[in-house]
Amino acid sequence: MAKVSILHGQLLDITISRLSQQLIENHGDFSNTVIIGLQQGGIILSERIRQRIKEMENIDVPCGQLDITFHRDDFRRRENILTPSKTEIPFLIENMKVILVDDVIFTGRSIRSALDAMMAFGRPQKVELLCLIDRKYSRDLPIEPTYVGKVVNSIQSQYITAEWKEEGHDDDNLWLINQ
Amino acid sequence: MLSTKHLLGIKDLTREDLELIFSTADQFKEVINRPIKKVPSLRDITIANIFFENSTRTKLSFELAEKRLSADVINFSSSGSSVKKGETLLDTVNNILSMKVDIIVMRHSSPGAPHFLANHIDATILNAGDGTHEHPTQAILDTYSIRERLGTVEGKKVVIVGDILHSRVALSNIFALQKLGAEVMVCGPHTLIPKYIDQLGVRVEHDLRKALEWCDVANMLRIQMERQLVKNFPSVREYSQHFGLNKELLQSLDKEIVVMHPGPINRGVEITSDVADCENAIILDQVENGVATRMAALYLLAGKQN
Repeated sequence: MAKVSILHGQLLDITISRLSQQLIENHGDFSNTVIIGLQQGGIILSERIRQRIKEMENIDVPCGQLDITFHRDDFRRRENILTPSKTEIPFLIENMKVILVDDVIFTGRSIRSALDAMMAFGRPQKVELLCLIDRKYSRDLPIEPTYVGKVVNSIQSQYITAEWKEEGHDDDNLWLINQ
Repeated sequence: MLSTKHLLGIKDLTREDLELIFSTADQFKEVINRPIKKVPSLRDITIANIFFENSTRTKLSFELAEKRLSADVINFSSSGSSVKKGETLLDTVNNILSMKVDIIVMRHSSPGAPHFLANHIDATILNAGDGTHEHPTQAILDTYSIRERLGTVEGKKVVIVGDILHSRVALSNIFALQKLGAEVMVCGPHTLIPKYIDQLGVRVEHDLRKALEWCDVANMLRIQMERQLVKNFPSVREYSQHFGLNKELLQSLDKEIVVMHPGPINRGVEITSDVADCENAIILDQVENGVATRMAALYLLAGKQN
């Protein structure tokens, strides 16, 4: 099982700073904006971005967690049932600008599920999508991210896994793995 | 993933199954407290609720759980049905299955009826109570409610008080509590305690005060007059004097205990109104948790059908 590092350490940190800067440019004082990280890959990333915005602008953007398990379109089509994770959105998203955050966008199906799941918390004014990695040319649905950390060309049999310091790893690392 | 295709009784489940249902129910509890309390998980599933016995709480709870999961639901009750014309249980169910039903939620007065069906049909069966045998989802919601209030079921002392002889809730609770590592005691008049129940590994006590002094949780069962063919105690008044829980008795204990009741409550018989409505009572939490745990059970059973 060969694996290639596609983002790590300082380069990943710079990428997060750039993405945060882009959000600052588009959202100003974030008075009407919330961040929602998608379980499980988007949670640490969304928290990092929230923290970076706080360091740069001294603004604490409300940040929630959204689990999409019950909204997936492959329930009863998989070998195993996915175990749901925690959803915690301690604010209403009615008329808010929502930034959905995920680590990797691949087929777009997870994001479709997220859009569906999110509607249970209100009707947002606008939704943007931020992804650290965009696996290009692999979309099943017409869904594209608003902000991208890095674009990667990959094939169906490959997958991407993330290692974060918050999870006890020595360094942050995103790996492209050949099965 | 659950270890069983059907949910016929707690006896068939493993501790891991129960914990999986609990962790899934945790997420459904969040769902049912959202502004929009519905998820699309079971939108391609049809569920038949087949009730050959009266039910209010369980039937409503299942129906709500099913609808919150976006399943198509059909309801059947034996009163006013072709069962009265002599149709067998198997024929009735097979006719319902011909309408392309995936899951049967069934309540029946005969112990073992859902097990019989599970051996004869392909659909998934969920037992919503079979006579005096088992009521698995009630035990799941009861143990889930204990876990929610006390943090864990492991090591807790639970007394089940009342009509143990006729209670499917008691039997399912005994199995569930033991699998989750709790100590169980049953308490009631001699006539309402099955003769060999101690062989299930439970303590037996006939003095309510002693039982309450021992326990962390008291689950007060309803007296099931409808199942009693002979008189098991002189009068309801006498039963309530010896085995009814009142505020005075609760306050005389030198500790706080959690009070539960599977419903429906006979206020003033097994539990007085001031106890039913006090802070120690988690009776309404049990009802709320019934929806979340039944959503979890249905979701996990449906997931086995791929």
